[in-house]
Amino acid sequence: MNKVLMQGNRIIGEAAIRAGCRFYAGYPITPQNEIPEYMAERLPEVEGGVFIQSESEIAAIHMVIGASAAGVRAMTSSSSPGISLKQEGISSLAACELPAVIINMMRGGPGLGNISPSQGDYFQATRGGGHGGYRTIVLGPATVQEMADLTMDAFDLADQYRIPAMILADGMMGQMMEPVVFKEPKPRVYPESLMMRGAGEGKSKIIRGLILDPLEMEEHNWTLDRKYRVIAQSETRHEHYKTEDAELILVAYGTAARIAKGAIKRLREAGLRVGLFRPITLWPFPTNELREFAKKSENFLVFEMSTGQMLEDVRLALQGYARIGFHGRPGGVVPTPIELTNVVMHQYDRKGGVIEQYQ
Amino acid sequence: MMVKTLLSGFGGQGVLMMGHALAHGAMSAGYHVTYLPSYGAEVRGGTANCTIAVSNDEIASPIASEPDHLVVLNTPSLYTFQNRVARGGSLFLNSSIVSVESSRHDCRIYKIPASEIAEKIGNPRTANTIMMGAFLKVTGLVPSDIYLHSMEEVMGSKKKTIVEINRRAFAAGYDYLKESL
Repeated sequence: MNKVLMQGNRIIGEAAIRAGCRFYAGYPITPQNEIPEYMAERLPEVEGGVFIQSESEIAAIHMVIGASAAGVRAMTSSSSPGISLKQEGISSLAACELPAVIINMMRGGPGLGNISPSQGDYFQATRGGGHGGYRTIVLGPATVQEMADLTMDAFDLADQYRIPAMILADGMMGQMMEPVVFKEPKPRVYPESLMMRGAGEGKSKIIRGLILDPLEMEEHNWTLDRKYRVIAQSETRHEHYKTEDAELILVAYGTAARIAKGAIKRLREAGLRVGLFRPITLWPFPTNELREFAKKSENFLVFEMSTGQMLEDVRLALQGYARIGFHGRPGGVVPTPIELTNVVMHQYDRKGGVIEQYQ
Repeated sequence: MMVKTLLSGFGGQGVLMMGHALAHGAMSAGYHVTYLPSYGAEVRGGTANCTIAVSNDEIASPIASEPDHLVVLNTPSLYTFQNRVARGGSLFLNSSIVSVESSRHDCRIYKIPASEIAEKIGNPRTANTIMMGAFLKVTGLVPSDIYLHSMEEVMGSKKKTIVEINRRAFAAGYDYLKESL
């Protein structure tokens, strides 16, 4: 095992290259600039590697469409405002059933916002983001190690389901360094028949998202929907932490989940039985897995660096079977474990072990 | 054990490099470690800082709301961060540049004239490594030999002579302070 100390953004670049990514296009934006920087340095070193600093985010995602159609593992990255710009292309990837990996190192918003870590893009990421009704697989790493593992997995999932897959992290995850061990990537499984490499003597192939006949378009929508249902049933991932005896379960992902773990340590020292449910796949959301916990515990507290977005998925999962509290810090504020500890004390412990419902 | 250290100074004083080397050293010594740099709309000559968390267990937050140790290379950093340090923590000041006194009477204060020592050694840019020598003498957070190895690793392709002068700088900082915790 070769452990290295690397920054989150660079780790994503390295993991992508190890997973066989041979095309990257992107446009600079803080706090993810080390991804294009790393790709610019490393991609030309590997056989077939192409790096392009595009003239805009929109150009970058469309270059990714082209590379993906040609059968190359392709990736782009940006941060919140830049991801908004890419949505037209992401919708096209979904329509054309092309695999690609998109990295979003979220920052404070809406608008240009700021450059601090935030989780305000959950709705955008998990509901497709662009127009027309589609889904993307969304993975939410909480450690730098997971950034490496999930980036590799994102390429495999994207190929398997011919779907864009997104890594949804934030500025803090991108900037921090932690030790990491790169796992052995799996060999790529993607049929050559899907790659556009010139018809030669054979029949011409077309990949397109423009389907003018409404009935045909409808059928395409249902085809996509069937695929999404398969993904929703078979690809959910989550972690649970100290939930065995938990009377209160915190629900958090990414950076917020790290902070929650720190708070749980303090709360348990104070004698409170608190655990964590951490979705790793944000879409598909681990709905059934979370619902199981409503049999054990009546109290849940959603904790996000937003005004409450994943909160809606938690409500859908628990369907009124449990009480749900909420604590959020939007706009680029990174709360501390001590703050969350105090919130639990206020909203739960001082209410006699019954969480205050968030309206 | 969970120790959080905040290092701060002017951009260009080598604050991020020294933090990177410390984090690498902690990893090599077998600890869990996180390194979080300040990032953003920084300017040359502005303040740079980074936080290193070292622990036996998984680290929840890489941010230090109450760092145990503070290493400051310039005066603005002292003003910005001294009140964050945990009660009973320690402050390491580059006293060649930080001429004001710290207002924290509940912390241990270590003054190291790092820039002057660096001049004497022959390279004013080694003040950061001198501070690390003094810091590790007192805290023992990472064994010196492991830190020096990590420092070389982090410096990477830089010239052998630079590595050599930094080794001497580390020793000078280490020997400057007589006590250790």
